[in-house]
Amino acid sequence: MSVRRFDLEAGGTSFSFKSETESKIGFWLSKYPEGKKRSAVIPLLWLAQKDNAGWLSEPAMRAVAERLEMAYIRVYEVATFYTMFRLQPVGEWHVQLCGTTPCMLRGSETLKKVCERKIGKIGAVSANGKLSWEEVECLGACVNAPMVQINDYYYEDLSEESFTKVLNDLEAGKQVEPGPQVDRITSAPIGGLTSLLDETLYDGSRAKSLSSIPNAPVPEPSEPVEKARPKDNAGQPNEASKEISGAASKAKVETAGEKSVNSTVGEGAPKAGFGKTKSFDRSRKSTASLGGAGASKSASAAKPTLNDERRPEALAEPRENEKDDLKRVSGIGPKIEGVLNKLGIFHFDQIARWNRDNVAWVDGYLSFRGRIDREQWISQAKVLASGGDTQFSSRTTGVKKDEG
Amino acid sequence: MLLDKDRIFTNLYGHHDWSLEGAKKRGAWNSTKELMQFGPEWICDQIKDSGLRGRGGAGFPTGLKWTFMPKEVRDRPHYLVVNADESEPGTCKDRDIMRHDPHLLIEGCLIASFAMRANACYIYLRGEYIFERERLQQAIDEAYAAGLVGKNACGSGWDFDVYVHHGAGAYICGEETALLESLEGKKGQPRLKPPFPANAGLYGCPTTVNNVESIAVAPTILRRGSGWFKKFGRENNAGTKVFCISGHVNRPCNVEEEMSIPLKTLLETHCGGVRGGWENLKAVIPGGSSVPMLPKDICDDVLMDFDALREVRSGLGTAAVIVMDKSTDVIQAIARIAYFYKHESCGQCTPCREGTGWMWRVLTRMAKGEAESAEIDMLLDVSTQIEGHTICALGDAAAWPIQGLIRHFRSEIEERITSYRIGRPHVQGGTVAAE
Repeated sequence: MSVRRFDLEAGGTSFSFKSETESKIGFWLSKYPEGKKRSAVIPLLWLAQKDNAGWLSEPAMRAVAERLEMAYIRVYEVATFYTMFRLQPVGEWHVQLCGTTPCMLRGSETLKKVCERKIGKIGAVSANGKLSWEEVECLGACVNAPMVQINDYYYEDLSEESFTKVLNDLEAGKQVEPGPQVDRITSAPIGGLTSLLDETLYDGSRAKSLSSIPNAPVPEPSEPVEKARPKDNAGQPNEASKEISGAASKAKVETAGEKSVNSTVGEGAPKAGFGKTKSFDRSRKSTASLGGAGASKSASAAKPTLNDERRPEALAEPRENEKDDLKRVSGIGPKIEGVLNKLGIFHFDQIARWNRDNVAWVDGYLSFRGRIDREQWISQAKVLASGGDTQFSSRTTGVKKDEG
Repeated sequence: MLLDKDRIFTNLYGHHDWSLEGAKKRGAWNSTKELMQFGPEWICDQIKDSGLRGRGGAGFPTGLKWTFMPKEVRDRPHYLVVNADESEPGTCKDRDIMRHDPHLLIEGCLIASFAMRANACYIYLRGEYIFERERLQQAIDEAYAAGLVGKNACGSGWDFDVYVHHGAGAYICGEETALLESLEGKKGQPRLKPPFPANAGLYGCPTTVNNVESIAVAPTILRRGSGWFKKFGRENNAGTKVFCISGHVNRPCNVEEEMSIPLKTLLETHCGGVRGGWENLKAVIPGGSSVPMLPKDICDDVLMDFDALREVRSGLGTAAVIVMDKSTDVIQAIARIAYFYKHESCGQCTPCREGTGWMWRVLTRMAKGEAESAEIDMLLDVSTQIEGHTICALGDAAAWPIQGLIRHFRSEIEERITSYRIGRPHVQGGTVAAE
């Protein structure tokens, strides 16, 4: 840790904020909740330092303490802890020279010699009061090493010559543009880009509204089903947004149905996610590889309609007005149950009677991609229809699931 | 190799317009309302499923972290705090995000806050990033004016405020609880955990602290799908990542690449290779100053991801790659890192407060050769006494680089001690000619 003490003599006896600073103080104070004014101590000390020729005098700290209704010792504590608060007078242009390893590797030692030659020993203010310097720890511009911060801004990619020139110019009152002092744009590699060359990133094509939200929860069958499906792959540079849209059913419903149980597929969200995707990959191999735009194409091509003959037999309403709790089938959550109900499916025995065509239709209609077989809805439904219990249902019966 | 179409930070270098108009053209704020319509759980599930691991260094799964927040807001408000106190030596990725793609971050703040039921978010920038703070504030003002944040943000019905706060030059404030202390107007000394911030964080309220990059990638992950993000990198190390390559490469730069890219490919594709050719490589610090360095033979084929680097007893950290060629005095390089930790120790825990200074002094002598051979083992022993015996990870971070040095370059320290003893002390730069 660095031990720092402040200069009592140089600071005089009084300090007041400049009038134009008042609005900034108000701006900072408005950010914190009622009774938490103290949060603004660092920003206010920083403003005080700006108004006090670049360093913090003791009266300036007291002024901040008064504004924030803090004990002044608490302000001292903060001011001495944070190294950007300078506790001794500095020059008009204060140089903070980064000396940490990444800058050291690229020559910050040379820059130190420039400072010593030009300004004097570390911590000193030059005779004309224009310049002062200190060595600081990593300033976070390492790919532009070696670099310094002079007052507010960074001067990067320095060499002995360019740094000397920067200091001379500042001392002479000339403007110096901050940033890299070599022919280079910010943190890009010198000599030309190796990435971000694709013009379609910038032609506005990415601003087109998404044709679908990937992995959207199973939509209500009325209109969102249509919406959630990619319509056209051509001319859509943002095809990635759709490429896994086939996984639509994955998101919430699936986890809602399975999270609470250690059922077949696995538990715990992230792991289950990976595991499931894998099995999904295998099951999809015949149609398309994961991530290809083709995946969504084939999915949409196969999408059945409500009038399809393969659609399973539907009931207008539950028999005897009492529907089965379909959620007792592992894999069916409240959302899917609702969707099935809307399709006229209310009872276990209805599911139990589905043939291969029916399964294919439901699977395609809801973009399930094999879930019904994978989760063995039919065999589960057969057991439940006959009044029995599956491993899953016996665990969840009576448990209210309110997620959806 | 990542294709341009799959890069998230399409204005990483600031070649294009950073402002709202330009950002929207590049796809930021696209369908934000629609992304929010499926609710917080859906967002958390998507982020979990994407395999995104925190980009601030520790690599904790981001989506999982979000779910630690209480499921409903009771008497205490929830907060999202974005850790933009980027100070790990070697790291300068968040800076580029904030100055060149600020709207991705602001949009991410909205989505993450909504997912955690927070109506307010503080972005804590390091104090030195003054230009970045001004830029970010301008971007936030634009977002307010356009109704993207504020009351009924994006028309989602969710009220959301985002504030910029700044520190004043303390590395330790990058530790999440020290950051919260600092944000409360105190000196930045880490808190004991538990309670964890998700229970009692900022002002004693449920809080999640996330790195800038973790937050800024979230909207794009939702827009393009967790499966898209997961495609990149090896299993458990998914996604794209901004790498910062500094030190002895021909063209140091920041670049977004896919996780698990081989180190050599990364350096040769984007940085023009190691100065003087690959054979001139001596060592690499692969993840910011806190992780142990790797000698060339490991660098030859190591992959840049969390697990691969852990297998070679280092770490991905912040993915800040510091390259050292054969002209480097590695002992001096690590001694300078030791000085950094000595300077930045907050002084709260004795092992760190005293140990970092002690280690720096010993290493400084070792760099000259002015030490006993037995001190190498003593140094190693002291480093293990600091590691794991402090409140926060700064103690560990101070110990690891030194352990890495001794593990891989012990013979070099010994040689230097020997040559000092026989009256031929090491001269900086002298080794270059000798080799």
